[in-house]
Amino acid sequence: MSLGPYASFIVTSYLLVTVVVLVLIAWIAIDYRRQKQRLRELDASGVVRRSGRSAAEVQ
Amino acid sequence: MGWTDYRFDADQLSLRRDETKQATLPAATAAIITDNMTLIDLANPTRFLTLTARLLPWLAALTAILLLAGLYQSAVAPDDYQQGATVKIMFIHVPNAWLSMFVWGVMSLAALGTLVWRHPLADVAAKAAAPIGAAFTFLALVTGSLWGRPMWGTYWEWDARLTSVLILFLMYLGLIALWRAVEDPARAARAAAILTLVGAINLPIIKFSVDWWNTLHQPASVIRLGGPTLDRAFLIPLLVMAAAFSLLFATLHLAAMRNEILRRRVRALQMIQARQRPA
Repeated sequence: MSLGPYASFIVTSYLLVTVVVLVLIAWIAIDYRRQKQRLRELDASGVVRRSGRSAAEVQ
Repeated sequence: MGWTDYRFDADQLSLRRDETKQATLPAATAAIITDNMTLIDLANPTRFLTLTARLLPWLAALTAILLLAGLYQSAVAPDDYQQGATVKIMFIHVPNAWLSMFVWGVMSLAALGTLVWRHPLADVAAKAAAPIGAAFTFLALVTGSLWGRPMWGTYWEWDARLTSVLILFLMYLGLIALWRAVEDPARAARAAAILTLVGAINLPIIKFSVDWWNTLHQPASVIRLGGPTLDRAFLIPLLVMAAAFSLLFATLHLAAMRNEILRRRVRALQMIQARQRPA
């Protein structure tokens, strides 16, 4: 596969999209872990949901 | 009942069935309410989290398969007789451009859900979609510039299409800033919903800018009356990539909504904790 004289523009475009998508995925995954951690901490401190269920119970 | 009635509900941020009230209603009315519970149940964040946990692995797998297929088809697609190999940039630029507008459309529907139907998950959906939409818009702008430099001889031109998409990007950033600036989720939700609906005026301007004004940006070649003007060799990889990016949005959006629900649950529990502390 030859990308011709504008290979740098094409490769940069695909790399940029890859990086931004990976950053989005990582940000969402890290945020999920952070929220679950906070819920576990609240659970450990004895705070209970109005339903009576554990704070750390995600579903 | 409105959104404000749920904001301190640490458990579900959602409607709660009032069984005692229902028991006092006439049988016919109670039956109608029971039937409507199915719709109300869809607004229940706990049920939403259960559904998300089931859906996410499948969506992620399907997205990965479609992305790989799209990337392969993009790689083996022939060069365009005018653009040469830079046509490959179109396979990522166009899906991102479509999604930049589609995500704002989703947020506009969610804004209606917040203002009109006061759906408990509407603001969650809008807030979760904004950063993803901003990322797609950013990618559409940058990949467009990277295509424009070799083809037009410039990275940027203040023509109607490019400028209106830049405005869309700035509006995404403004909305994200608004949500972060207002601490009370209920107040932020209403303000953001109004701003989103006002911003939706920009969507037809983006779409028809190439018809209404004389722009450097080329007119529509896929979504147009009379059908696509693209050759199948380019149309198929483009559509596969568009489907892959749409699924990527669906996956990321569901995951971000799940995070936002948990964030609000954390906030509500922290408020309960603060109230329980001795003065």
